[in-house]
This record gives sequence, C-alpha cells and structure tokens, in this order.
Amino acid sequence: MTAQLIFALALLLTLGVFAFTMRRYFYNFRYTKKKAISNIPARLRETFKVAIAQQKIFRHPVMGLLHALVFWGFIVILFGSIEMVIDGLFGTVRVFSFMGWFYNVLMASGDVFAAIIAVSILVFLFRRLFMHVKRFYGVEMKPISKADANLALSFILFLMITLLGMNTFYLLETLNADQNAVGVFPVSMLLADLFANMGDGSIIFWHHFNWWAHILLIFVFANVLPYSKHFHVFMSVPNVFVSRIEPLGKVDNMESITREVKLMLDPSAPMDAGADEPIEKFGVLDATDVNWVNYMNALSCTECGRCTAVCPANITGKLLSPRKIVMDVRARMKEKSPGLIKEGAAFDDGKSLVFDYITEEELWACTMCNACAQECPININQPSLILDMRRYLVLEQSKAPSGLNTAFANIENNGAPWQFSPEDRMNWADELYLNETA
Amino acid sequence: MATEKIKIQIPVMADLAAEGRKPEWLFWVGSAGAFDDRYKKVTREFAKILTHLNIDYAVLGIEETDSGDLARRAGNEMLFQMQALQNIEIMNAYEVKKIVTCCPHDFNTLKNEYPELGGHYELWHHSQFLADLIEKGTIKGISESFAKNKIVFHDPCFLGRGNGEYEAPRAVLGAIPSEKTEMRRNKSFGLCCGAGGGQMFKEAEKGDKEIFIERTEEAIETGADIIATACPFCMVMMTDGIKYKNQEERMKNYDIAELLSMSMGL
Repeated sequence: MTAQLIFALALLLTLGVFAFTMRRYFYNFRYTKKKAISNIPARLRETFKVAIAQQKIFRHPVMGLLHALVFWGFIVILFGSIEMVIDGLFGTVRVFSFMGWFYNVLMASGDVFAAIIAVSILVFLFRRLFMHVKRFYGVEMKPISKADANLALSFILFLMITLLGMNTFYLLETLNADQNAVGVFPVSMLLADLFANMGDGSIIFWHHFNWWAHILLIFVFANVLPYSKHFHVFMSVPNVFVSRIEPLGKVDNMESITREVKLMLDPSAPMDAGADEPIEKFGVLDATDVNWVNYMNALSCTECGRCTAVCPANITGKLLSPRKIVMDVRARMKEKSPGLIKEGAAFDDGKSLVFDYITEEELWACTMCNACAQECPININQPSLILDMRRYLVLEQSKAPSGLNTAFANIENNGAPWQFSPEDRMNWADELYLNETA
Repeated sequence: MATEKIKIQIPVMADLAAEGRKPEWLFWVGSAGAFDDRYKKVTREFAKILTHLNIDYAVLGIEETDSGDLARRAGNEMLFQMQALQNIEIMNAYEVKKIVTCCPHDFNTLKNEYPELGGHYELWHHSQFLADLIEKGTIKGISESFAKNKIVFHDPCFLGRGNGEYEAPRAVLGAIPSEKTEMRRNKSFGLCCGAGGGQMFKEAEKGDKEIFIERTEEAIETGADIIATACPFCMVMMTDGIKYKNQEERMKNYDIAELLSMSMGL
C-alpha cells in the first residue's frame, strides 16, 4: 500500500510538472501565425512513410537502421511502460499478462529491443564522444547542445539497462519461488544465468530496484525532454503529420500580396473577403511572425545536422547553416516567451529573430535547392523559413543585395532579369535552319 | 538521301489565334531561354526537334514575360505576383492547356505556383517531353555521334528534389549511344550548382569556395567528358566551372536537348 501511495505521488508530480511545461508551450503557439492544415489522408500516408516506417532516416543506411530500431523498440517498450504504471498504481503484477501469446510476443520483442537499443546508444555515444563526425559540429553546436545530446543518450542507456535488469531479476525471482514467469525474455534469460548464484534476498532487492529505477527514470526523462532537443521524442511524429506535403519546389503564396496586386492591376476589381483584415507586416522578422508549423518544426528538431551537412552554402564555407535557422527560432521563442506571457503580443524587448539571431548574410547565402528539406528525417522545412525572412527584408525594408535589386528593376521594366528590350524576346529564333533528310 | 537545309519559322500564339488556330502545346521559352546567349542555343535546338517532329506548338513571343521565379525566391513576392498574373492573363486568353519548357525553374513555378493565382496548366519539362517521345518511338534516327563520349548528368534542383523527376533526363541520355556515369552526389542527393534562389544575380557570400567549383570538381572526378544539364542556370554554372578548372579542351557542357538534336543531325 505504501509503495502504491509513493508511486501515485510520483506519477502525480510527473504529470503536474509536465502539464506546467506544456502550458508554457501552448502559450507560445498562441503567439504564432495561423496556417491551415488540409488533406488528412495524404498526411496520414506521409506520417506512416516518414515517421512510422522511418523512410528518410534510411538515407544514411547504417546510422538510419540503428535509429529506426531505437524508434520501433520504443514503441514496443512503451506498452510495457503503460503496464508498469497500472501495476504501480493498483499493486498488480504484470497486469497485461492475460493477453497470453500476444503478451509473450510483446515482452520478448521489448526484451530484445532493449538490448538492441542499448547497443545502438553505445554506438551513438561513441560517435559523439570519440569520432569527429562533422555534422555534430558547427557554430550553432555550443557545449550545452553537446551536453544535451549526451545526457539524453545516457538517460536512454540507463532506461534500457534497468529494463533488462528488471526482466532478469524477475525471471530469477519467479524461478526461486518455483513460479512460472509470465512473458518471454530471450535476452534476460541469458543474463539471468550470470546472476543465478545470487541469494534470494538480493534477487528480490534488485528486481524492485530495477523496476523502480526504470519507471522513475521514465518520469524524470519525460519532464527533461521538453527542455531538451530530445523533445523530438514527443514532437516528431505529430510534426511529420502537420509538415508540408506539397512538392518541395513549391513556395507558399502570400494572400495579402495577391489582394494588393489584383487591385493594382485592376482597381475596379471587387475586394475579396478578408481584405479588411489589418496586415501587421510582410514576412518574418521575429519568432512570433512564424506560423505554428514552423514553430512545431523548431520544437521537433533534434539537431542531427543532416540538413547542414548537405547544404551547398555550408559545404563551401558560408555562414548559413539550416540547422541553426531552426534552432534560432526555438531559442528566440524561448527568450521571448516569459515577456509574452506577462505582457501579451505587444511585448517588445528590442530584439528580433532576424538581425539579433540570424544575419542577412546567412539568409542571402541560400540557393533554395531544398537539399536540407529533402534530407530532414522529420520533414522540417528550412527553406520556407529562410524565404519568409527574405520576404521581410525585401518587402518591409527593401534590403536586398544590390545585384538582386538590379534584377528586380529589370524584371519590372523589361520583363527579364537582364537589361534587354522585351521587343527582342524572339531574337533567338532568327536565322534558324533545320537539316531535313528527304 | 539528300540533306536539305530548311529555314524554319517559329509559330507564335498571336498569329495562330488570328487564324483561329489553337496549338496543342505552348513552348514556354523563359527569360534565360530568350536572352541568355548560351541558352538561346538550347532553345533553338529544342525548337528544331519540335519542328522536325511536326509537333503542333507555338510560343508566346514578345507577349511572354519573366515567370517571376527569381523574384519570388529572392523575397520579392509583389513582383512575382505581378509577373505571374500578367502571364496567366495572356495564357488563359489563348486557352493554353499544355506547356513544355526547357527551364526547371519556370516548370516548377508554372506547375506548382500559378494554380493558386488562377493559372491551371499541364506542365512538361523538356526532359519529360523528350523521354515520352522516345518511349513512344516517335524519335528516330539517333546516330552514334557520341558513342565515344562519357556523359555525366547534373540534376537540376527544381526538377529533381523540387518535383521528384530524376528519371526523364536519364531516359533521354539513355537513348543516345554513349557511356554514362554518375557523380557521387546524384538524384535526390545531388548538389546544387549554386545559382538558385537568386544567387545567379548576386555576389556569393564569403566562404572557402564557390559552389559551382565544388560541383564541377565532382563532375571532373567522374572522368566524363560531357556534363549534361537540363537547366539554364546549371548551364551557366557548369560552363563557368569548366573554364575555371581549365578543362575546356577536355570537357564540354551540353543541354540534354542539344545532345539529342546533335545526335539526330538536326
């Protein structure tokens, strides 16, 4: 009974802290711009392909496979974690065991996956600590980012060790008590041999220790995640669902501009609905100007750096790093959030995302080649953010590099980015001969 | 068999409309196709193929204006929409349904971005158009003129990643007897030539290297003697890269339409 009470309190505390954190994020989302989400069937298909089947992570086949195994393992192990919460609250033992053979399959998979995940995590840690993998470095990768990554990996490692420990000592405990263990545990069965000589008391202690350590680690981990880049664990599947599903080449239309342009071309045109809505500004200046999908993207980013590793600008030594753009949105919103909660949308700390976090030099280095968006395993769209910031610079501040201003002027006056007369547009067809074989 | 040099006239939409005719295809030339000296040659070769195959087509001629792709990606949404609406008005007046273009940027913009502004057309990139004709067996008389060459294809971002088309240009090259090779980064992993998103018209930001040099070096490493491209901007960049690396004697850059037209002896 005492154990159940302690468990209930721990769970309550976990949920309480989690709710507090989430409330803050919901506030932040309220200060982002609207964006409609349509075509649910296509989104479900995309979520299945990209999130569940891990399609894009396999673009790096070896590391991709390890990540996919960790992800699929988490899903299977989650089932056991839910069972532990019920057991903890109601004092039951392996409450889902009534499922029979299905339970055995789940437990066996979870047990094997725990070992696979532990090995994968060791590989990940080894790569981060001892191998100089280029994409784990860069201006945006501060010591805190690296510590964050190692902390999350260590958490997962201990989660898996305690899970295997729990299963191992559970097997030994039932064996010593001449009971039949429910569930099948292929890896823990092997591990159990190593501890077979342990005394009964120690076995019971280690079973309880690992059980409690595992579930409490989950509780703590769940509350650390939202403050870490590993918020990814919660956010990436929903992020894929809300992500852009249009062809990568397509850019979002600016409706507010369409209304103005139509009026300019035909002043007698009827005003569309929505024309009276005041337009705050064109494009993105601050984190509160991004739409909620952009912000969701930023919260889901786990800073893997696959985007930056394929960015042609970054590869050739320019300042631009698509990962930094996404991380900056998250960091700027975090900085602005307390003020927004206190003073509302009008809050101004004299800083902004563009200029204070992201420089014009970074924004103008992008070739819009979409290599970053193609690569992102969870469909983050970096180019749309970069473009919205360019839109702010051009439409609000007329701040484009001089070459582009010349091209704009030429397009406006001659209908081409170069200084040619529109009358010469057919000159290419002059004196054109074809060899025909009769 | 006697070869005859025939002077060809490019059909213009306005002239056909005056005769009450509506061609099946609009050939969208694009600003680079009309004004860039190197790409004008590609436009001419493609027009020769269209004429040779008796395709029912026309161009907008001086009624065409810049698609606005560059303006949009450089942040000038106002200018993009002005351009788009002008083009849409003209194309809708001619009841244009099918468009073929040699420019992947205009292909992408007209295909994906004009619909939201009222322009709904069936878009074909010239690589898709040619690959389709090759598959149907319409294109005949391809010679062995490139049989001794080794060709490497550079994927344009707006055709490849932008619209998922990697096979059509390779199918066109596949019909031309020659050795083919691939760069380390190809198809969806392809490296940009460095000209997109407005870069073509501005100085590059400070860095260790220009993107077009990085990409040209990758093409040179393959040992190919022809870089095949399918985009006016890629062509400017690859041609510059070949010059910069002093490979002009050994290596040439052609558009896939040029390679096809040349091997057909047009």
